[in-house]
Order: sequence, then structure tokens, then C-alpha cells
Amino acid sequence: MKIAVLIKQVPGSDSALPLTGDGTWIDDSLITFVMNESDNYALEEALRIREKINDGEVVVVSMGPDRVQRVIREGLAKGADRGIHLEEDGQIETDPLCIAKSFTSVLEDENFDLVLTGLQSDDTGMGQTGILLGELLGMSTATLGIETDIQSDTIRVKRELESGWFQWIKLPLPASVSIQSGINQPRYPSLKGIMGAKKKEIKIVAQSEHRPDTKWQSLNRLFIPQTNKQTETLNGDADTIVNRLVEILRSDLRII
Amino acid sequence: MDILVVLEDNRGVLHRMSREAIAGAQKLASNMNLSVGALAIGENADTLANEVANTNMQEVLVVKNELVASYNADGYAETINQVIEQESPKIITVGHTYQTRDYFPRVSAKLDIPFIPDIIGVRLGDDPVFNKQVFNAKLAADLTAEADQVLISFQSAAYSEDEIESGKPLIREISVNLDPSLIRSESEKPFQEEAGEIDLESAEVIVSVGRGIEKEENIPIAFDLAKVIGGEIASSRPVVDSGWLPLFRQIGSSGQNVSPKLYFALGISGAIQHVVGMKGSKNIIAVNKDSDAPIFEIADYAVVGDLLEIIPKLTDALQAEKD
Repeated sequence: MKIAVLIKQVPGSDSALPLTGDGTWIDDSLITFVMNESDNYALEEALRIREKINDGEVVVVSMGPDRVQRVIREGLAKGADRGIHLEEDGQIETDPLCIAKSFTSVLEDENFDLVLTGLQSDDTGMGQTGILLGELLGMSTATLGIETDIQSDTIRVKRELESGWFQWIKLPLPASVSIQSGINQPRYPSLKGIMGAKKKEIKIVAQSEHRPDTKWQSLNRLFIPQTNKQTETLNGDADTIVNRLVEILRSDLRII
Repeated sequence: MDILVVLEDNRGVLHRMSREAIAGAQKLASNMNLSVGALAIGENADTLANEVANTNMQEVLVVKNELVASYNADGYAETINQVIEQESPKIITVGHTYQTRDYFPRVSAKLDIPFIPDIIGVRLGDDPVFNKQVFNAKLAADLTAEADQVLISFQSAAYSEDEIESGKPLIREISVNLDPSLIRSESEKPFQEEAGEIDLESAEVIVSVGRGIEKEENIPIAFDLAKVIGGEIASSRPVVDSGWLPLFRQIGSSGQNVSPKLYFALGISGAIQHVVGMKGSKNIIAVNKDSDAPIFEIADYAVVGDLLEIIPKLTDALQAEKD
């Protein structure tokens, strides 16, 4: 069983997000990056599948500038067997089809049985890469996986629907499945894992070898959202806040 | 037609967000001088078509192929692929539901046209500019299609179904050519894990708990407040994932959509997945230690402070008022 896990490196939830001078992206040099949350769950699920069937290979694949090798190493330290780094020069690509075609060109000869991705990235949140890739590679696809059950040539996926509903779906392999956060408890790398990761292979693919010439959509500008909501801020000591809240609930909202 | 709205069958009735997508499509159409049509698929297609039979659209297309009687990604992606090829709409819209996330990217890859998801608004010019929240709603982005056709999905509540213009569309049954070998997945019957006996959607007051409650032992703080103001308890996803509250209390894209008179957000950061389920609330009081928490962007009252200190005091004060 050959499993690819697509991992994105994104700004941490506490990181500042300063815009670049031209406002087209965030200033990478001032940001703390982490592994995308749902991708971490996807990686853990891949490792558990490999452990369950006691066979196979888990390959972590990431696209981006040199800094993304840190999340590839993190994946290797947790137990993935090798890594693939699709290099990007300059600003990262945000067009999902463009990204998926890059991955497709690099992964198509690998003949993976299973591709796992996080549900969506915490930066642009397009939520498409794994499904686009699945379609482009002729795989069956499923999203929002909250439990998996691997068999020799199929995978059953418990999908999360809306409003507390679920559904099991059985897919023939090869398949591409996106994973919802909370599916498992991701492990931390062990010291032995961290040491061992240094010896594992990371294949580097230059941008010119994977990036299509075409673009399907563009992100032209980032900006801080303007709200037209009038917000009253309450701060100070607890008693002051509580007095004002009681007044709001009584007079403004007439809740009490 | 120029703009095609794909309707979603939500267990036999039209999905609420399909109505919002119609409202969005109508707005786009009137501004860009385009025509709108809708597409209903599956065993409930007639019911869905009927539900939109009084809206201002050119026509409603109906597909009843048995391979797409109920939803499956393989069949839906191919059906919509063929309808787009037959009808050549410029813009194909849907609500940004879980089902949309499941098969719309497949359509994008099949037809080699962009899918711009989860948009909150459109700015019109020579080409429409689509507005999307990014970085967990801390920033917004302008996106444009670099193609003649584009798939777009609207975020929940981006448009209101109250804005739908009425009219009388033609209903036209069309056929698609699907081969049984196309459907590779086998879907089992959808089920609910724990049936909720609580109707959050009709609650007037909701006290909702987020990660800021810190630990399970602190949950009663929220229950005490809810009791004194007559509210129901709800929560954000991390609290449910931790097992501190059951799933049927979860608000947001994977939980319920609510619009109470008062939504009391305790220690909720305001991740977009949560906000889409509660931003229609009439009044929002948010309590959070972090003055930059995104929840404050949509709050009417932003309480910057420690909920573990403030809320018990508030509960006592409200109890004293009542006594």
C-alpha cells in the first residue's frame, strides 16, 4: 500500500499576518509557520493505516519555498518513509487547479493507492486540492473523512454530512480522501524519530518541472475586512464589566 | 441560460443554501444583464423544481437518471459536467455546502474551469471580482476567474433568501448519458449518531462554549448562566471534539445553523467554520481574553476579559436581580 499525504505549511493561528507592500500577499518573512491542522490529522491517519496493515509506505508531499522542508521533516520524524518537495520560487501559488496539476505531474508515475489530504488549508481555504488531484489521476474520491476502514483494495470512509449526520461510503482503490480535523489524536515525533528523519530521503522537484503555464483563477489582493457592525467594547475589571452586562441584558436586549 | 444554479436535495427538500444561491444568482444576473436557470437532480427533482417554481428564472432543468437518484460524487460530477456542456452557462453557482465541497472540484477538473469557493460577495466591473474570506477570516481576498466559465459557491448567508425575486420559470426535463461503471463508490444510508432532543434552531437565547472554557470542569459555568437567562447550551467544534459536550450542541458548518435573539459566545475565537452557523444572530455578546479574536468582528458587545472570572459573577448578579 503506497500512501501519499499532501501537507501544506501555513501561518500559525497566533501568527501576525502583515501584508506585503503591494497588498497581494502576506509578508512571509514575518510569519511563524506550522503544519496545516487538518493535514496533521491526515498524516496521522496514513501512519495508522500503514501500522494496521503492517505494510506499505507513507510519503509526505509538500509544495512551497525551502521553508516547507520543515513540515516534511516533521512528517518524516513522525514516521513517514520519505518526502517529496515541489519547489516554488517567490510567492506561493493560490490557484487550486494550478496546484493540483503540479501535484498530478509529480505523483502520476508513483502509482499511489491512496492519497490523503486535510479538508482545507488554513490560509486560502479553497478545500479542493485532493479532490482535483483524485479526478486528474482517475481516482475515486471522498471528502470530510472522520473515520476510515482500510481493506486490501477498498477503503470505507465515514463522511461527515451537515447537522450531525454521517454516511459510510466504500471506494475502490486508488482513492483520494480528504480528512476532517478530529479524526484521531496526532502523535508527536519521538527523539528517535527526529534523529531518524535526518537520514530519510526528500526528493526535490524544481518549479519549472511541475508548474503549468496556464492559470485558471487569480488572487489579486488581500485586505483587512471592514465590518460595518457597531461593536461596544467592554473591558476593565470584572465588576465593571458585569454591571454593564446586566444593564445590557436588562435594558438593551430585554432578556431579563 | 447564462447563470446556472445547481439545487441541493437536503433529504427530500431544497437546501436552505440553494435558495441563497438563487438570490445571489439573481442579483448577479440583474447587474450583468444575464439570465438565470436552475438544475434539479435525482429522485426528488420534481419536488425541488416545484419549490423554485415561483422564482424569477428563465427555466428549471430536471434530470432524473437513476444513477443519480441519490447523491454520489461520481454521478453528480458527470451529470453537471454534461449539463454544462449542453447548456454552456457562463457562471455555475451553488451554496458552499458539504455536498458542494465533495463534488464541485471534480467538475472543475473535468471541465478544466476554475472553482472559486465560499465567496461572501461579488464586486462588478468588466469582470466580476469575487470576495472570499481567507486566513480563518482574519483577511479577505479578491479573486477573479481566468477563464470564460467559472464555478462559484456562496458562503452561508452571503445572500438572503428573502431577496429572491418571484417569477415563473419554464420546467424542462433533460437527459444525461451515464454509464453504470462510472459510479465507483457505494454509499450507505446516512445516519445520525446521537439524536438531539434539543432544538437549538428555535432557541431565543443561546450560551455557546468554546475552547476558552479551558477544561471540562468549567462547563457548569456556562450551564449556570444559561439557566439564569433561560438559554440553551451550544458549543464550537473543539469542545465537542474534546468530548465535553455532545455533537448535537455543535454550531457551525458541521453542526447547526442558528439565529437566536441573543448569542452569548464564551471563549469562542470565531473560526469561520463556527461563525457561518451563528452570524445571523440578532445580538452577539462575545467574551474572550484575546482582544484580536475574530469573534469580536461580528459581536455587538465585545467583552475583553477572563470568562472564568466574569461569567460566574454575572450569573450571581443576574440571580440577585431575579430574587
